[in-house]
Amino acid sequence: MPATPATAVVVSGLVKRYDHRAAVDGLDMMAPAGAVTALLGPNGAGKTTTVECCEGLRRPDGGTVAVLGMDPVADARALRPRVGVMLQDGGLPGAAPAGEVLRHVAAMYARPRDVAALSERLGLHTFARTQVRRLSGGERQRLALAAAVVGRPDVAFLDEPSAGLDPQSRLVVWDLIRSLRDEGTAIVLTTHQMNEAEALADQVVVVDEGRVIAAGTIPALVGSDGTVRVAVRPIDGAAAPPATDYVLAARLAAALEGAVQVAAVSPGVLQVRAAADPALLHAITGWAAGQGILVDVAPGRRTLEDVFLDLTGRHLR
Amino acid sequence: MSDPAAVTADRGVATAAPLHRRVLAQAGFETRAVLRNGEQLLLTLVLPVLLLVVLTRTELVRLDTTDRIGLVAPGALALAVLSTAFTSQAIATGFDRRSGVLRLLSTTPLGPGGLLAGKALAILAVEVIQVVVLGSVAGWLGWRPTGIPAALLLLALGTAAFTSLALLVAGTLRAEAVLAAANLVWVLLLIGGGVLLPVALLPDGLAAVVRLLPSGALGEGLRAALTGQGLAWGPVLVLGAWTLVLGAAARRFFRWH
Repeated sequence: MPATPATAVVVSGLVKRYDHRAAVDGLDMMAPAGAVTALLGPNGAGKTTTVECCEGLRRPDGGTVAVLGMDPVADARALRPRVGVMLQDGGLPGAAPAGEVLRHVAAMYARPRDVAALSERLGLHTFARTQVRRLSGGERQRLALAAAVVGRPDVAFLDEPSAGLDPQSRLVVWDLIRSLRDEGTAIVLTTHQMNEAEALADQVVVVDEGRVIAAGTIPALVGSDGTVRVAVRPIDGAAAPPATDYVLAARLAAALEGAVQVAAVSPGVLQVRAAADPALLHAITGWAAGQGILVDVAPGRRTLEDVFLDLTGRHLR
Repeated sequence: MSDPAAVTADRGVATAAPLHRRVLAQAGFETRAVLRNGEQLLLTLVLPVLLLVVLTRTELVRLDTTDRIGLVAPGALALAVLSTAFTSQAIATGFDRRSGVLRLLSTTPLGPGGLLAGKALAILAVEVIQVVVLGSVAGWLGWRPTGIPAALLLLALGTAAFTSLALLVAGTLRAEAVLAAANLVWVLLLIGGGVLLPVALLPDGLAAVVRLLPSGALGEGLRAALTGQGLAWGPVLVLGAWTLVLGAAARRFFRWH
């Protein structure tokens, strides 16, 4: 039996343009087996285009994609039985009853999951005879997830798996995704919901404007209790910052007399590796006044939402 | 956690069902979709049967023949091909393309090739039902056809040409535009395309053009074959040429997204 490579998906330097506009612009990511990797980003960030390149639905304009060590387009025949796909827009035939659609997808595999058990688990049996087009958004999402996993895939690409789900269905869906992970499946999901990424993901890839702007485990991204986050910006919002983040980090470290580590963790954000106390906060704000910059000092663990907004900017686009 | 070895043993490597099972499953799925859709049934069965009966039993349209059913029945079969291979298929594929069904199924082991094979098989299955129903009704109206092998060849060629056209339209236009175009073409070809009624009933200039259309070629070819005039090579060449051109265009321009 061929072993599943530990890294199920490797994307490097991926570029995809639509009408000369780059939807994905040099994106790198990896997704290990037996883990949930979340592509997190605002609408239009390039998440869907990235997974569609992994699914073989789009041909990259640049860079490479390897799924289970194979090319999604050239090796599509070998990959299709081993890759499960949940599209953002569903892709389920509207006129057929839900149960028939799932049985139909299952018929494409030599050894599919037990359709009845899967239906029971996702609560599909209550609407098995209802036409897909008459299902609620949440019912349709659960059916689409069932279709993606019925073939026992080694890799599952789930595009916004819990969009439109009520809280109960969302827990059922998350539970299924976790047990797939525990079976060793590599799961790549897209989401713009922080709580979903925090609840499910073993690692997060933050995407904005077609590029990765941060990646890592949740603790690495949000920091821990022993850190202080310092967001820096000039007093005059229009002026450029007095120095680059790295220079500012070095200056702050010097100001704190080298007793603690300071790192530039993301654009405009420095991280001080020390537990917050009044003296430290006083030292930081005093340093900022000397530099002529405003700082936003937040001790302790941030939410992923804070990280996300810091990274992608707080303005609406 | 359960024993990891047990998990591995249970997982194995997922494999596809055999090709014939996948294609047959898709063909069955698509055939059932046509049969449970009221509009599709109206288009593919009810209207051809209605037109067959009305045009045979009434003098609504003057046909210079003593054997009305001999001329009308082949036309009804040609209309059945137009309905199933073109209009019905274009609409179904156009909407499946918009709603992502084509993309999703192409990521399963069915693949794009299996999807197209399943569609082709489903069209043939519906046509078999149409031929049986129309043939039975026509037989009841007194039809005694000859030249059936030639007619089957023409039906197959007509199906290939119109399916290619359906995929070209469905793969390039928006779903609403496909719906409008597929229905409009059906009506226009029904009235003036030489499908249901002999091309000779059309004005001379138009008739010459219509003989070169897939609709006129299929209708005229079937009428000639089934009234015992043998296989006419003109219609065979016209249908073959359209199949090549439309098939190449569909292959070139069809978009899955």
